[in-house]
Amino acid sequence: MAKSILGRKVGMTQIFTDTGVVIPVTVIKAGPCVVVAKKTPQRDGYSAIQLGFEEAKEFRVNKPLKGHFARAGVKPLRVLREVRVEDPDAYEIGQQIKADIFQPGERVDVVGTSKGRGFAGGIKRHGFHRGPMAHGSKYHRRPGALAAKGPARVFKGRKLPGHYGTERVTALNLEVVRVDPEKDLLAVKGSLPGPRGGLVLIKNSVKAIKKG
Amino acid sequence: MHLVQSLEQEQTKTGLPDFRPGDTVRVHFKVTESGRERIQVFEGTVIRRRGGGLGETFTVRRVSYGVGVERTFPLHSPKIERLEVVRRGRVRRARLYYLRKLRGKAARIQDRR
Repeated sequence: MAKSILGRKVGMTQIFTDTGVVIPVTVIKAGPCVVVAKKTPQRDGYSAIQLGFEEAKEFRVNKPLKGHFARAGVKPLRVLREVRVEDPDAYEIGQQIKADIFQPGERVDVVGTSKGRGFAGGIKRHGFHRGPMAHGSKYHRRPGALAAKGPARVFKGRKLPGHYGTERVTALNLEVVRVDPEKDLLAVKGSLPGPRGGLVLIKNSVKAIKKG
Repeated sequence: MHLVQSLEQEQTKTGLPDFRPGDTVRVHFKVTESGRERIQVFEGTVIRRRGGGLGETFTVRRVSYGVGVERTFPLHSPKIERLEVVRRGRVRRARLYYLRKLRGKAARIQDRR
């Protein structure tokens, strides 16, 4: 069954295994999430559940949203995200989802928003090579030639400087190393997209399901 | 960051001896060779301590058979069985990389009281 939970990236550290091997991990404060609404094929044309995360202050929530939360009978929440599930009826509205839905050793995908880099040049954005910095060279970080004389135009999709970052990024197939349901903490192996404190969605890995 | 530290705390060792660069230490390190575990002792001068929290490491240097050997150990590694301070040395910097260029009498470190 597809499992998902919302969380916030806390930071990175390392964990020793019993044999003394160091594993780099990212710590996530995951959940508790609440099922706020269900989407069914009969009514909405697709099946999903809406997860809420982090309590919101009363005055931050507008009237339509307050009504939405009142219908589910839950406290107002700051974050609402829909996740697709095969069977929304397996969930109850108001049901809590905690970090213990995952076990150590499981594989997960983590979706986040990458750090914003603003208007970035071709080197940072696309991994272009740099020109020489010395020996009289004045050609340092420029993108180079854009096209050939033949077509006498620039093809669409040409990699150029521009806005980079702040985009949805999924880190695939990460191993869950530690689960602490009391502190709502998850530790997954490797790094995650986005800054510390950034919102992340943790779900079963698509790769693990295929292999399974 | 307090949440990261709370997770780190589980594995952080307590009761480690207080030692600094310049001290001579004996590290009892578990090594697994062909499925069998035994303890290897590495004795030498601490030339560096770096990092903090669970990620802290220290580097021990010794000269064995005329060849300088340096090993870096994670301070909180469960593979470190025991850590003894043999001698305390007085040094005036935190990173003793200058020892690499010295040998014999010149590489001695004065005792600290």
